[in-house]
Amino acid sequence: MPTSDLNTKTVVQLRSSLVSGDIRCSDIITSLEEKARRTEAEVKAYVRFDGLKASIYAPQDDKPLSGIPVSVKDNICTEGENTECCSKVLAGFQPPYDATVIKKLREAGAVILGTKTNMDEFAFGSSTENSCFGPSHNPWDLDRVVGGSSGGSAAAVASDEAIIALGSDTGGSIRQPASFCGVVGLKPTYGRVSRYGLIAFASSLDQIGPITKDVGDCALCMNFISGRDPHDSTCAEIEVPDYTKSLGEDIKGVKAAIPKEYFVEGLDPQVKSILYEAINKLKGLGVDIASVSLPHTEYAVPVYYIIATAEASSNLSRFDGVQYGLRAEDKEQGAGNRLVSMYKKTRGEGFGDEAKRRVLLGTFSLSHGYYDAYYLRALKVRTLIKNDFGAVFGDYDCIITPTSPSVAFRIGEKSNDPLKMYLSDIYTISANLAGIPAISVPCGFTKEGLPVGLQILAKPFDESTLFKIAYAYEQSTPWHKMKAKI
Amino acid sequence: MYEAVIGLEVHVQLKTKAKVFCACSTEFGQEPNTQTCPVCLGFPGALPVLNFTALEYAVKVGLALNCSVQEFTKFDRKHYYYPDLPKNFQISQYDLPVAKEGYLDIEVGSGQKRIRIRRVHLEEDAGKLIHRDNISLVDYNRAGQPLLEIVSEPDIRSPQEAYEYLVDLKSIIQYLGVSDCDMEKGTLRCDANISIRHKGASVLGTKSELKNLNSFKAVKDSLEYEAQRQQGLAESGREIIQETRLWDEKSSRTLVMRSKEEAKDYRYFPEPDLPPFIISREKIAQIRQGIPELPKERRSRFQKEYGLSQYDSGILVSLKNNAEYAEERFRIWPDKNKKLVANWLIGPLTAIAAQRNQEIFQLEISPEDFLELIELVEKKQAISNLNGKAVLEEMAKTGKPPSVIIQEKNLSQISDAGSLEKDIDEVIAENASSVNDFKSGKTNALMFLVGQVMKKTKGKANPKVAQDILKRRLSGE
Repeated sequence: MPTSDLNTKTVVQLRSSLVSGDIRCSDIITSLEEKARRTEAEVKAYVRFDGLKASIYAPQDDKPLSGIPVSVKDNICTEGENTECCSKVLAGFQPPYDATVIKKLREAGAVILGTKTNMDEFAFGSSTENSCFGPSHNPWDLDRVVGGSSGGSAAAVASDEAIIALGSDTGGSIRQPASFCGVVGLKPTYGRVSRYGLIAFASSLDQIGPITKDVGDCALCMNFISGRDPHDSTCAEIEVPDYTKSLGEDIKGVKAAIPKEYFVEGLDPQVKSILYEAINKLKGLGVDIASVSLPHTEYAVPVYYIIATAEASSNLSRFDGVQYGLRAEDKEQGAGNRLVSMYKKTRGEGFGDEAKRRVLLGTFSLSHGYYDAYYLRALKVRTLIKNDFGAVFGDYDCIITPTSPSVAFRIGEKSNDPLKMYLSDIYTISANLAGIPAISVPCGFTKEGLPVGLQILAKPFDESTLFKIAYAYEQSTPWHKMKAKI
Repeated sequence: MYEAVIGLEVHVQLKTKAKVFCACSTEFGQEPNTQTCPVCLGFPGALPVLNFTALEYAVKVGLALNCSVQEFTKFDRKHYYYPDLPKNFQISQYDLPVAKEGYLDIEVGSGQKRIRIRRVHLEEDAGKLIHRDNISLVDYNRAGQPLLEIVSEPDIRSPQEAYEYLVDLKSIIQYLGVSDCDMEKGTLRCDANISIRHKGASVLGTKSELKNLNSFKAVKDSLEYEAQRQQGLAESGREIIQETRLWDEKSSRTLVMRSKEEAKDYRYFPEPDLPPFIISREKIAQIRQGIPELPKERRSRFQKEYGLSQYDSGILVSLKNNAEYAEERFRIWPDKNKKLVANWLIGPLTAIAAQRNQEIFQLEISPEDFLELIELVEKKQAISNLNGKAVLEEMAKTGKPPSVIIQEKNLSQISDAGSLEKDIDEVIAENASSVNDFKSGKTNALMFLVGQVMKKTKGKANPKVAQDILKRRLSGE
């Protein structure tokens, strides 16, 4: 195998070359770094890019991921490497420990890249514009956003600056950028993958998941990052099947539901027609398609922004300048006020606008006198939304929707309109509220050459069904093979 | 006529081996920040995992305080900013505490009084701030240690009742073996709420919350001060303001810390990192099985089994280790009634322990030696009571058996008349006026003469024998 294009290969392809001894891990790293050095200036998928910091060149042993480099979002802790959530408040923070997913990947032989991928600060955003390091640029059109918040991970995979990457998804942060960048992204069932070491945004919604070049790599990666973790009480003690076994299974007779609430005003007409083509393709593969209703869909966005910001306001309270990250002080203050001024200055200077906005929103909805009207009510509606899905999954194997109502928008287009930005998560948020797994796979391109994503959702802990359908679809379409010309 | 209305909030540090949400050790007195990990330091990405032993301890306390233990319990986040709180929120329990609606019966002058317990909940402790030379340092060894908050209803009516409540509560928890309840080490902490009202009124007055109470005595003293202060305000027609006040030990006063306007909004919400916990009925029953005999039951058993007074058994049972120490000795004392042993435990032995700043159970005197001494003094009258106490002190100091000490110090009591005759002759000869006094009917003079015999024999004379001989001799044969 020629070593110059190793960066474009999948894990499955690279593993076979590594096993046969044709290539070494260092060849892959070199190839990735060469590519990154050519395109990083434009894409900016990584933060503080200066090589990929593949500090451990795994020996040529026979572990299932030996020699495979993995790019990691800036909010997943890697021991001794900067993990800053693309926030000034965590400038220079190097965790003293590895996140459980990192530990598991290392144990499987993977090489964790120390240079992290770009993201919206604390995963607050849908475009990666809210990064303290500046936005990433979409490899398909550098003037457009990569989506977010795991935009750097998606852009790195899409531009072949990464083989696979980890992202995190609280309301669509893996799936939406995967869709915008034309790659595969999975948000696992809540509790499928350990959150230990993921710097929390909204604890009851966050999940770590893979962003990959195809469905096969996604399933393979899930084999290694899933499963119980004694360090995460919300991680389920449910056996992890071999997800790669689902690849190639027949999907004839699979029952898919199309929620009518997802195909209404606000959906880009091009995205809509590409989606219908994809649905027809699935029909052709033997999938039974029916229209259903998820009646509480319209409440998903407001409910999400109450719950997610409430939890975020709490999770972010630890960034105070005391132990790590930024500490801004006003030494002029008298002893009594100095502590409070340190809190205020640290948080005032450390957090970007969106972080401040969300902390304020969350603090408000948890406040005395407002809790019942906002947070508690949101929790109740969340249950209704969950029940909507439960009812559909009583009769159907999966639900099919667009991943995003639009393709990648222009950088700056929505950054001054938070509400508009929030609505770009309208199709992805419900899966987080319901805790169910959802995958985004490329399903076509607009006239402008921008990728569109197809979202498949399944019942809790039924990732296998997602892989089965997504793989069958992928095998019968060319989209995942398309490469951005960069 | 005013009465005080008092409620206590007691925090007890549970002595589990590991902290409540991580595996760090809880050992006391270690180098600062050596018993920490990303979880108890609140590092980004770290998650809490419940130490079930802490939850079991909490259930145990709840059951011992006659609470209804909740099968469904959960944790909540309580938010406030302080550098000793690593996450700037404390994992605590808000609306579904482990246990609620219990009671504790305390002894008051006339009998028993029931103090209702509102709730018992589990939470994590904060670190410790150390202020030094104009800088502040934080030690997080304590952060994340399991803490139990026990909140009483405002059923306490006097500082003395508050004191009794604390003594009994501490005793029960120590019996359960779940905490040392040592206020000096901070393993028991107490805040007090107090208001006053006209006796018989049903409405509650405006309360103050008292903090910085570092001993049971401070609780009592501060409540007494505060009741007076509030009464002074009421009587002079001034308003009592709801506020938090600090007890200042030095000046014996309470000082304003913050008023209600500055009261905090803790923004409680369910801890999303910990799923709710179901404690099954079977588990609760199993924990109940593990509750040992509690002080009150033990006290009545001591009265019944060992023939002790309520007062004596009360003293002996208040500390579990002391009660066990006592009982070990009762068991091998041959008489059915153990009053003699109890007297020696509560009297001389307690005094010796107190001198050494110890509890009796810490004294290294074997049960056999201790009982031998009591037998020598009380039954064989081999040494005097006074010398018996001296021997006991020596036993505590050296660990030697009493017979050896008596021999070494030559303390054997002289009870045989022949050996005393000579000393008694001398006393009679040297104290003619007292002899005459006695003969002329002043019976008190006899005791003086006995005293002189004791002095002459360096305390070794059996005073009863000496008295008998003197009486016989002076009565004129």
